Amino acid sequence: MSILINKDTRLIVQGITGRDGSFHAAKMKEYGTNVVGGTSPGKGGQEVDGIPVFNTVREAVEATKANTSIIFVPAPFAKDAMLEAADAGIKLIICITEGIPVVDAVIAQRYIQVKGAHLIGPNCPGLISPELSMVGIMPSNIFKKGHTGVISRSGTLTYEVVDNLTKAGMGQSTAIGVGGDPVVGLYFEDLLQMFQDDPDTDSIALIGEIGGDAEEHAAAYIKKHITKPVVAFIDGRTAPPGKQMGHAGAIISSSSGSAADKIAAFEAAGVPVAMESCEIPGLLKKLMGKA
Amino acid sequence: MKVHEYQAKEFFAHYGLPVDSPILCRTVDECVDAYHRLGSGRVVVKAQVHTGGRGKAGGVKLAASEEEVRKVASDILGMTIKGYVVDRVLVTEAVNIDKEYYVSILIDRKSKSPLMMLSRAGGMDIEQVAKETPEKIEKIVIDPLIGMADFQARAAAYKLFDDKAVVKQAIPLFKNLYRLFMEKDASLAEINPLVLTKEGQLKAIDAKMTFDNNALYRHPDVAELNEPTEDEKKELYAKSKGFSYVNLGGNIGCMVNGAGLAMATMDMIKLYGGNPANFLDIGGSSNPEKIVDAMNLLMSDQHVKVILINIFGGITRCDDVAKGLLEAFKSIKTDMPIVIRLTGTNAEEGRRLLQNSHFIVATTMADAGHKAVEAMNNL
Repeated sequence: MSILINKDTRLIVQGITGRDGSFHAAKMKEYGTNVVGGTSPGKGGQEVDGIPVFNTVREAVEATKANTSIIFVPAPFAKDAMLEAADAGIKLIICITEGIPVVDAVIAQRYIQVKGAHLIGPNCPGLISPELSMVGIMPSNIFKKGHTGVISRSGTLTYEVVDNLTKAGMGQSTAIGVGGDPVVGLYFEDLLQMFQDDPDTDSIALIGEIGGDAEEHAAAYIKKHITKPVVAFIDGRTAPPGKQMGHAGAIISSSSGSAADKIAAFEAAGVPVAMESCEIPGLLKKLMGKA
Repeated sequence: MKVHEYQAKEFFAHYGLPVDSPILCRTVDECVDAYHRLGSGRVVVKAQVHTGGRGKAGGVKLAASEEEVRKVASDILGMTIKGYVVDRVLVTEAVNIDKEYYVSILIDRKSKSPLMMLSRAGGMDIEQVAKETPEKIEKIVIDPLIGMADFQARAAAYKLFDDKAVVKQAIPLFKNLYRLFMEKDASLAEINPLVLTKEGQLKAIDAKMTFDNNALYRHPDVAELNEPTEDEKKELYAKSKGFSYVNLGGNIGCMVNGAGLAMATMDMIKLYGGNPANFLDIGGSSNPEKIVDAMNLLMSDQHVKVILINIFGGITRCDDVAKGLLEAFKSIKTDMPIVIRLTGTNAEEGRRLLQNSHFIVATTMADAGHKAVEAMNNL
C-alpha cells in the first residue's frame, strides 16, 4: 500500500513534447510508472519515447483511461492545463511548474476541488511510492520501499531527508513534495490523515519551512487525529523577515511565518523537531522504540 | 512588489474607488504650489516610502497655512523612515473625518482563497488589532470561481456601517476593490483608513497595494513601478542568472541547488557556530557557466571568507557536477577555502575527481558544515 499513487496509476504527461516533459516522461516510464499518454496541442498523433501524444486531455483520457496527470507546461499556461485536466475527469493532478501567479493557483485549486479531484503543487517535485509508481521529477534511486511517509514543502531538501532515511534503513511508503508556493493543493493535514489511514505507513516525517501558518495547524491536527509517530523539521530558522527565500511561499511576515512559532507549535503538540535534517531517522526510531 | 500610496491611489481611481486627488511633490516649493492649487486651506503632507508606520515616524503631517506647509514639507522630505529616505511626498486635501474603518483583501493560505478583512477599528495598526482584539476583525472568504457576490458585499457593508446610505456607497466600493485585486494580481489591497466624512461620504484616504512577482509578466503597468533597494538590485541580478539570492550578512558564502536545501544549509552553519553570508539557490542544473556566475556573485560580497558548495546530485550525475566545478574553477581566481559536498548518483566518482584539487571535499552535509566553520575559525 501507499497513498495517492500505486500500480493502478495511469498517468498522462501534459506538456510531454517540451524539454522537461519529455525528459521526465522517459524517467518515470523507466521507473515503472504506467505512463499511458501525453498531451501537446497540435502534436496529437506523434509519440514521445513510445508514449502516444494527444491534442487534448479529454482525448487522452478517452483513449487511455488515464486517472492521473502531471503538468510541465510553462507558468503562463499552467492554470489552463490544470483546469483542462480537472474538466476531463482526471482525479489526481500534479503540477510541477514553478512561477505560477497565485491568483491562477487559487482559481485552479478551487475548480479541481469542485470537480472532486486532488491537486499536488504547483512548484513541487511530485510524489513517489517506491517500487510502485513515481509521478514527479525526483531522483528515484535514493528512494526505497518501506513504511515512512514523507511530506515536504521542499524539493532537494526532501531528497536530503529521504537519502538519510534510506541510509538508516528506513524506506518510504510514499514521499510527497507539496510545493513551495503560498497556495497549493493537498497540504499537511490532508496528507497526514491519508498516512494515518494507510496500513503500510508506520511513521511520518514532516518537513515544513518558514512562511504562513500551515505547520501550526498541522501540529494541532497531529495532536488531535494522528496516532502514528511524527517527527518534524522546520527549514529557514536563520531567514530574515520580509525576504522571500527562493520559494514564493517562504517568507516571514510581521504577523506570522517564523520558524520559532512553528517549532513551538510542534513541541507543544508533543511532536519532536529535528534541528538538522540528518537527525530525523534517529528521532523517528526513538519514537518507535527501535533506537 | 510594493508600490507607493500615490501609485496605489491611481489604480484605485481607475477602478472607481473614491480617492482624493493628491499631488505628488519632490521639493518644498512644489508642496507650497500644491497647497495653493488644492485651495482647501488644510492639507496633509505624506511621506511616500515602501514601508508602514509612516505616521508614527513623523512622516504624515497636517498643515493649515503656507508657512506650515513649508515647515512640515522640509521636515519630511529627506527624513529617513526605517532605512528609506523620503524623496517625495503627497500633498492632499484634509478631509473632515467622522469615523475611520479598515478594509483589505489578500490571499488567505488556509482557505486558499481571496479573503476580505474588515474592521470598525480603522486607522490603527491592524496587526496589533488582530493580536489584541481579534473579535474586532471580520473576515469574509470569497470563492474565486464566483467572485465577490452581491450578498457578500452587502454583508460586508452591514458589518461596518449602520446607515443605509453609507451601505449603498460601500457595496460597489468593495466589489471594485475585489475586481482590482484579482485583475491586477495583487497580493494585498488595503484601505486603512477608509473614512466616513462629516459630509457622509466614504473616502479612501490611504491606499496600500502589493503585487505578486510571479504575475508581473502580464502587468507591465505594475512592473514599471518597481523601485528596488540596493539589496533588491543584487537579488534581481541573481534572478536574471536563474538564481535566488538573499544576503544574510555573515562570512560563510553558500552555493546550493534547491531553495529548501539552501535554507537548511544556512541554518546548519548557524547551528554549528558559524555565520552564513547568504542564501543562494542555483537551481536544478549546475553547468560550469552557472558555477562561475554563482562564484562571482558570492565573491562580490566583501564579507565572504569561506565558501560552502552543497549539491544534491539528483538527476544530474555527481561526476558531471564535479567536472563542471573543475572547469569553472579554471577561470576563477581565489585563495578562499572552498568546501564542497556532493551527493547523489556517482557521488564517489565525483568526490574522487575533486580530491586532488584545492577543494576541501566533504562526504555529508553535516561534515561540510563542520569543515566550513572550522576553515573560518582557522583564518
